[in-house]
Amino acid sequence: MSLVQKGRGITLVGLALLGGVYVRALAFTPVERLQGPAQKIYYLHVPAAIWTETAIIMVGLAGAFYLFLGDRRLDLFAQASAEVGTVFATIVLTTGPIWGKPIWGTWWTWDARLTSMLLLFFLYLGYLLMRGAVRDPALAARYGAVLGICGACLVPFIHFSVYFFPTLHPQPIVLKPSTPSLPGSMLTTFLSSFAVFTLLYVGFVTQRYAIGREKELGEAGSHA
Amino acid sequence: MAELLRQAWTIARKDLLLEFRSRTAIMSAAVFTALVLVVFNFGRDPTAVPTLTIAPSILWVTFTFAGMVALNRAFELELENLTLDGLLLSPISRHSLYLGKLAANLVFVAAVETIGLFLFAVLFDVPIWHVLGALVGVIALATLGFIAVGTLFSAMVLRTRFAELMLPVLLLPFLMLPLRWAVQATSALLAARPLSEMMGSLKLLAAYDIVFVTLATLLFPSIVEE
Repeated sequence: MSLVQKGRGITLVGLALLGGVYVRALAFTPVERLQGPAQKIYYLHVPAAIWTETAIIMVGLAGAFYLFLGDRRLDLFAQASAEVGTVFATIVLTTGPIWGKPIWGTWWTWDARLTSMLLLFFLYLGYLLMRGAVRDPALAARYGAVLGICGACLVPFIHFSVYFFPTLHPQPIVLKPSTPSLPGSMLTTFLSSFAVFTLLYVGFVTQRYAIGREKELGEAGSHA
Repeated sequence: MAELLRQAWTIARKDLLLEFRSRTAIMSAAVFTALVLVVFNFGRDPTAVPTLTIAPSILWVTFTFAGMVALNRAFELELENLTLDGLLLSPISRHSLYLGKLAANLVFVAAVETIGLFLFAVLFDVPIWHVLGALVGVIALATLGFIAVGTLFSAMVLRTRFAELMLPVLLLPFLMLPLRWAVQATSALLAARPLSEMMGSLKLLAAYDIVFVTLATLLFPSIVEE
């Protein structure tokens, strides 16, 4: 089985399980008292947000190792992670307003958390655009590594900024210093969703990486 | 360390000397800054929003655009007659080259910002004189981080297609946070708020400067390597 097929398999399993998570979220998880059914979007929104931030850190780490080791595979991984991160950021920026309209009464507000996610989205777009604007693959890889490292270093500032400024956004209820304050059944649904998103990240990145690898090997073969 | 700084000074001196001899770039950047301020005047309704409310935003958006114009020229200067290759072949460390370019950019932008600040105070009748020292401190703190990342990226976009367009696309996401902190500190300063109200923003600006000046100095050789 080729790597592309493996990646596709993992993604399909992930998507099927995501369906399962939503059956659990809609039918077997209690409705939140204040927010009502709108809160169900939480199980999609939060795992996607966590993976959006993790993906940019992965891009930065892969970039740092690439600059030291010069291994093309690291760059392919960084590129794949950036593309998947862009998709996850899009999910966060789409699900957020869908929740915001009934709960806040507005699709968008210039709140610290929302703005931070928008920043990350633009960071990803910049990364992808820059890669497209450089012809030499070795140069694009080096530039990508530098941009990825800078982007990963910006993530802590985005976090700090969120805690420094007043925000309308609900505070974290799972990833916080004290124990999670989510009720047991909701926590189980959330953790299942998070596991599924992890699987989706791995599946998508594997596919994208494998496609990039095959393309490179193909090009090398045609030049030989 | 002394050698590193000495080499950086040589580069900065060369750039500033070139600038001083022609003066075209600095004059253009100053005129551009004045024009952005004038555009702001036409782009607002003075009867609806008090000037002091939007003054910090006017100042920082103007500085951001003026900085961007200044950054675009930093390495373009080296494209003519392939002088960048000459610099890379010379026995000057890549770190010094970056620090020199950073220093020259900082001087260039500081000159433009001085003109911009004066025009801003006069055109919008903003009382800055009683907080001038502190305001200059905030501007210096924010400009350092901004120009540190900008100098790194301006070297990077040099070999991309649509370089002039690529620089703002890459740079603006990195500038929005320091821009926000600078606007908040400036607002507090102009409204004569206590220092404690702007300490959060100032600390973040200082941390941003330390992280990105270090990072950009370390990463610069990877950008110019052949």
